[in-house]
Amino acid sequence: MLATVLARLAQMIFVMFGISVLVFLIFFATPGSDPAARIAGRNAAPETVEQIRREFGFDRSLPVQYAVMMKRLFVTRDLTSFVNRGQKVIPQVLDAVPATLSLVAGAAVLWVIGSLFVGVVAAAMRDTVVDRGLMILSLIGISMPVFWLGEVMNLLSQSRFHDTWLFSWVPGLGYVPLSESVGGWFKALVIPWITLAVLYIGIYGRILRANLIEAYSEDYIRTARAKGLSPTRIMLRHALRTSLLPFVTMFGLDFGALVGGAALLTEVVFGLNGVGRLTFHALQNLDLPVILATVIYASFFVVAANAVVDMLYAVIDPRVRK
Amino acid sequence: MTLLDVNDLRVSFASERGPLTVVHDVSFTVGTGEVLGIVGESGSGKTVSLLSVLGLLDKRVTTVTGQVSFRDQSLLDLPDREMRKIRGRDIALISQDPMTALTPVHTIGAQIAEQIRAHEDVSRKAVRARAVELLRDVRIPAPEQALDRFPHELSGGMRQRVAIAMALSCNPALVVADEPTTALDTTVQAQVLDLLRALRQSHGSSVVLITHDMGVVAEMADRVAVMYAGRVVETGPVADVFNDPWHPYTWGLLASIPPLTGPRQGRLYSIPGMPPAPGTALPGCAYAARCPSAMPICQTPPPEQGDGAHRALCFLDAGQRAKARPKAGALA
Repeated sequence: MLATVLARLAQMIFVMFGISVLVFLIFFATPGSDPAARIAGRNAAPETVEQIRREFGFDRSLPVQYAVMMKRLFVTRDLTSFVNRGQKVIPQVLDAVPATLSLVAGAAVLWVIGSLFVGVVAAAMRDTVVDRGLMILSLIGISMPVFWLGEVMNLLSQSRFHDTWLFSWVPGLGYVPLSESVGGWFKALVIPWITLAVLYIGIYGRILRANLIEAYSEDYIRTARAKGLSPTRIMLRHALRTSLLPFVTMFGLDFGALVGGAALLTEVVFGLNGVGRLTFHALQNLDLPVILATVIYASFFVVAANAVVDMLYAVIDPRVRK
Repeated sequence: MTLLDVNDLRVSFASERGPLTVVHDVSFTVGTGEVLGIVGESGSGKTVSLLSVLGLLDKRVTTVTGQVSFRDQSLLDLPDREMRKIRGRDIALISQDPMTALTPVHTIGAQIAEQIRAHEDVSRKAVRARAVELLRDVRIPAPEQALDRFPHELSGGMRQRVAIAMALSCNPALVVADEPTTALDTTVQAQVLDLLRALRQSHGSSVVLITHDMGVVAEMADRVAVMYAGRVVETGPVADVFNDPWHPYTWGLLASIPPLTGPRQGRLYSIPGMPPAPGTALPGCAYAARCPSAMPICQTPPPEQGDGAHRALCFLDAGQRAKARPKAGALA
């Protein structure tokens, strides 16, 4: 078990190294363009470009350039943005992380609980009105674009019904750090959480239902029934446990991607200064150092989330353990 | 004494073209301590009949009618909650394929224990001791360690032993074994059959043994029911049916066993043709199309002939049978 974990961690570090090389090459070794000019941004002075070329070692070999870049990203952390004169990039990304992490983690709790409920209830009451109703609701949840749902939520909670008992507690848009006020953090995030989770409850609920129904045609479910176990026990201990693997796989990918910036739309709609929003603005300004930092940060999160998922596999399914 | 009495059992599945009857008016009984062999080819309705008795068919798509009484209690009308108490405790099931019959994510110890705990209020420690005992009964080496193994860590034969141990865990009065040896190697088959026979003695359970192998029936069963296209076409004590089979289908089944004595045959006999598709409504005998001694009258429902416990659904009488039945080896 421990060996599996260690092997997986080593693998993860290897993949992260590969990604950093790839990202570096895409950004700085694309033929036919001058990386120094791109880092300097639009309408930069020739002296600035020249300074950047020396600073980043673009006049030296590629491995040296890579080493300099990684040193500035991870060791000295003094990569600076030239579009926003002299602003340090790494602190900017690190400042954005808590908002994104709070948003995604909260939404993830909601969507895991919600989709487990939807999937299990729908599968248990298969082909009844309850099942059909839940599936239609899920489909509606999947179909609603998150930016639209977010704006509707804002319209209702910030404007139309803000003065009623229903939404009078909702604070203005924006993120409240957890360290500042736990209650404020919670209130500021409840509606973004729900908005982001709705889509995933729909997707995960439907997939879980399909997996459970497939599990119910397996021989071991018949064995469990022949043993005289209660339907609840058969569902939770026999069918659900074996149906969780695809669920966990998807969760790892989605969670990693969302923390890595895919929650952009939700962050923009609710004015949360997270990683997605940071990337969004950097892209608008062609702020290359920020884009580089967020891309590497995002890919690392996806890789890490997948490593965690692989370890969870071993917990869920003994056949994976070796 | 009769333990299980099944009368006029009829099972139909809902299909797009309306209900599809796959088991027609099946009746059989199982006495206390008796082994009933049910034989027939795939799709003859032998598994479906027994699953319907156990209430294990999907209720939304199947209709089961008839009378099933177990210890004078009618099973088909029992509410789910009551049926659950009987399943696993009084009637146990051993599935065909041991590779898929156990839940892959739980240890075999946990799977045996949960069955015992579903029916009896016993402490964890006592359950574990009993599970060890059961595994020892089915001759699994090092039973204490085996309890903490997962199904994928065991071979097919070992898994079938575990399935048997699980079935016997509550000392059921009746064990339904659905082709328990079909998925196993020949050498392991013999071991599992030996084991079943020994355990029947020690645990005193009656057994319904579903199989397509006449050899297994000859070795294990007291009585046999031959099923064809959803009907019991012949039934009786094993010795009677093997010495003097009445139904031409039984002749065919017996002729397809290679003889152990006498000259070596060229090709082994196989019954020509295919069984009718389920749901084909035939007024007469379903076997007529493949029967070597079919007569025009076979297009009408065949009568049940009987002599004591030996019964068959066929028009042929004793004299006609003697003439019509091919001599052993002549079919080859």
